Amino acid sequence: MDSAPKTPRPDDAFRARAQVLNLEGGARQVLDQARTRLVVVGAVFALSLTAVAVRLGDLAFLTQPEPRAAIAAVQPFKAERADITDRNGMLLATSLATASLFADPAKVLDAKETAKRLAQALPEVSYGDILQKLEGGGRFVWLRRNLTPRQQAAVHNLGLPGLDFRREERRIYPAGAVTSHVVGFTDVDNHGLAGIEQSFDKMLGKGEPVRLSIDLRLQHMLRREIQQQIAEFSALGGGGMIMDVRTGELLALVSLPDFDPQSPGTGDAVNRFNRMTLGVYEMGSTFKVFNTALALESGRVRMDDWVDATKPIQVGRFTIDDFRTERLRRWMSVPEVFTFSSNIGSVREVQQVGPVAQQRFLTSLGLTEKPSLEIPEVGRPHVPNPWREINMMTIAFGHGLSSTAVNNVTAFAAIVNNGILRPATLIARPDDYETSGVRVVSQTTSENVRRLLRLNAIVGSGKNGNVPGYLVGGKTGTAEKAGGGKGYSKTANLSSFVAAFPMNDPRYVVFVLIDEPHGNKKSYGFSTGAWVSAPAVGRVIAQMGPLYGVPPVDENEPSVQRAMYVNATAPGRRLGTETFVDATLKQPIDPKKAKPPAKLVSAPASNSSTLLQKVKETR
Amino acid sequence: MSFAVARTDSSILGRWWWTVDRWTLAALACIVLMGALLVAAASPPVAQRIGLPTFYFVQRHLLLLGPSLLVMIGVSLLSPTSVRRLAMVCFLGALGATVLTLFAGVEIKGATRWIHLGPLSVQPSEFLKPAFAVVSAWFFARHHAAREAGQRFPGNLIAIGLYLLTVAVLMKQPDFGMTFVISAVWFAQFFLAGLPILFVLGLAVMGVTALVGAYFTFSHVASRIDRFLNPASGDTYQVDRSLEAFVNGGLLGTGPGQGKVKLSLPDAHADFIFAVAGEELGLFATLAIVALFGFVVLRGFQRLTRDQDLFVVLAAGGLFTQFGLQALIHMGSSLHLLPAKGMTLPFISFGGSSLLALGFGMGMALALTRTRFGMHGDKR
Repeated sequence: MDSAPKTPRPDDAFRARAQVLNLEGGARQVLDQARTRLVVVGAVFALSLTAVAVRLGDLAFLTQPEPRAAIAAVQPFKAERADITDRNGMLLATSLATASLFADPAKVLDAKETAKRLAQALPEVSYGDILQKLEGGGRFVWLRRNLTPRQQAAVHNLGLPGLDFRREERRIYPAGAVTSHVVGFTDVDNHGLAGIEQSFDKMLGKGEPVRLSIDLRLQHMLRREIQQQIAEFSALGGGGMIMDVRTGELLALVSLPDFDPQSPGTGDAVNRFNRMTLGVYEMGSTFKVFNTALALESGRVRMDDWVDATKPIQVGRFTIDDFRTERLRRWMSVPEVFTFSSNIGSVREVQQVGPVAQQRFLTSLGLTEKPSLEIPEVGRPHVPNPWREINMMTIAFGHGLSSTAVNNVTAFAAIVNNGILRPATLIARPDDYETSGVRVVSQTTSENVRRLLRLNAIVGSGKNGNVPGYLVGGKTGTAEKAGGGKGYSKTANLSSFVAAFPMNDPRYVVFVLIDEPHGNKKSYGFSTGAWVSAPAVGRVIAQMGPLYGVPPVDENEPSVQRAMYVNATAPGRRLGTETFVDATLKQPIDPKKAKPPAKLVSAPASNSSTLLQKVKETR
Repeated sequence: MSFAVARTDSSILGRWWWTVDRWTLAALACIVLMGALLVAAASPPVAQRIGLPTFYFVQRHLLLLGPSLLVMIGVSLLSPTSVRRLAMVCFLGALGATVLTLFAGVEIKGATRWIHLGPLSVQPSEFLKPAFAVVSAWFFARHHAAREAGQRFPGNLIAIGLYLLTVAVLMKQPDFGMTFVISAVWFAQFFLAGLPILFVLGLAVMGVTALVGAYFTFSHVASRIDRFLNPASGDTYQVDRSLEAFVNGGLLGTGPGQGKVKLSLPDAHADFIFAVAGEELGLFATLAIVALFGFVVLRGFQRLTRDQDLFVVLAAGGLFTQFGLQALIHMGSSLHLLPAKGMTLPFISFGGSSLLALGFGMGMALALTRTRFGMHGDKR
């Protein structure tokens, strides 16, 4: 600074003043700059706060919170799953409202403490399981479904945060295992997994009840009798059916062992196997019913014809022989073939008809196709392809074609029901519904086969199934089980008996099958259908007849005698031993393409209201 | 006003009432009330979790709020000159005490920042922060005032020296957060004081270098920045809970006391109280909090743009910047806009002795922004 003038001059004074101004101007400049920059800092700050505000809005307003348990729980409660009842309205499956326990793990304060106290309150849940679920994250986890009111109260009283209940319904099966194979079961979310529960899942879910053709009383009876046979003959299992031949309704369907539909997963998986509908078996001698009907229906075999059963039949490396040969090995009449259950005789009969007609006939009886039953557990028959002469011969006595028990009962019912076939059903037929059927054999053939069946129940293998007064007629079957690709087992049998009553006007078919029975002292070591299954059928008919109001028949009455008359020793034609080959069809046809040459006939509906009335009267 | 103070009342309080910025005072009062509410809501679960009486933090917060407000009003009665002197004394005292923590401090969570004074644990660096801002401002202003008077006074150099000394002591503790705030405020003041743009850029580069250096020097800093940049790289539990709280709160919140974020966050009553506000009071309340802090800072700045005293502009500007920056870091951390940094929300978080320091800092800011004779240049 050079501001030290000795003599002040106006010029100096001006300069000094200017300098002061300049200095002042410098200070002002700094201050102005500071203020300007303050605005910059303020702007940066304001921008940052705006960013914070935008972020806040984004989180609080635009971000969807993770779905909370409370929101999930507000879902509209599904319509209650409808009941399944038997034909008389007895409950077989129903729904009960229950409370199910869930947790919102985010709201649970102390997972360990919660798990500990829950495990104390609900002894059937484990500490570790609950802890794992609570620590698993998320906003919703089931802890225990379908609590009883007592359990719910216990959990409620714990007062633990983060736990809540949701109203659910639980499927209850009042009949338990008795109808388990028919009714099936549901999963924990009430979706049908088996049986009627599965096949009518949507309808039941919509709240529409299903009324089954099953009669719980008959179901109980049949199951009890089969259980007794299984126990008596140390069998693997068994099964049985009762069918109303006029409607095709199954009044009972039992497969043993069965399971508890309340907890289907607890038992052996084998217990859930339905032997009546899913299992396909070579039925053995009961097939001779169809074979005889075929032979008679063809017109090539008559009731008084005789066939050559003097020696076993050799076909390639196979030998076809009879079961108890000592009293056979001779010429036999058609009734004798049936009552002695002669394999050789059966082959002789079918030889008159040929494989093509046999295949057509069995197809028309539905024995080569999956039965159209209303449950998903239905097996497809194993049918030979191609259908050669040897297949024809073995099928004649029930080997070489496997089908389900339902197939056989349905076909049997058609043969005895004047030749009208009606598909088997598990659903009660509406009262105002006229059922129609398909004719598979003539009235005459049906009557003749019925005579043979009745004869067999009097003098043949069906004696143990006969019940005085009910004109029972039936046919036994003892099929050797095919085992592991090594041919047939000599010791493992499927012993069955299929019967109908009353034979002059059949109303009901009763069928029992025992899987691998072992002969005992009482049966003189036999494990055949005659000794194992027929007694059970007899006991069922003895109980069922009065219950269903079937009037007892006087067997000595002339009209009955006439209807059941068979002359097993009448002299007649002697049939040849050559297989007939249909001239128009040299090659056996593909069974899948075969169509039954059936004509549709309408049949009178069974008078179901009368039936029910009678049922009520007998109660 | 209901307790009418006559315009002509020339008592100290009377003059104070008519000269202090009553709008800022009102905004601060709102913030303090909101804080009391939120500490009452957020702290009981925290206290229970660490085995203290349920209302331990609530009682301590309310207990210290009174003295804090008294300090604020008491300090705001002072003139700028007295403020400068008080700050100088406080600065020397706090610096000394901070140095003392290095030898006699109590180590909490890996850092020695606290001194026990009887029943009170004091973090001297909290007081150092506002005092240093005022002291730096004075040196910056003196530098220019001396030049104006044709003298030379190395104010800037002294400010730089004091800054380096302070930072050295803080990093020794270590206290990265405090260092960051003090550095940012000091830098802002230097910027206001006319630092040439070239130097501004240079210092910015140095600041970034320092951050990068801290990243490589301090493992906890590195891990926090890693987790911010790439949430998958580590545990982001606290930030996740915090964000969830804002989402859960929505527009209106779950209601005071009804939130659950405080159940899972260890520092819900301090470093994450904004998340508690977001959950329990909702978007409208959090926006109001943002607006209140914005109002205090921007209104302070606005008053300063008309002030003729460079010292006042720098000192009050620094104090308001510090106040606002601390709020920004707190909010930014809990919203995952910034790396997780434990920073209290001024006057809202539970803070113990830091409440007193806040009262002290805002008292000085209020004192400096009071209407003075000649503040708008009418002295000359």
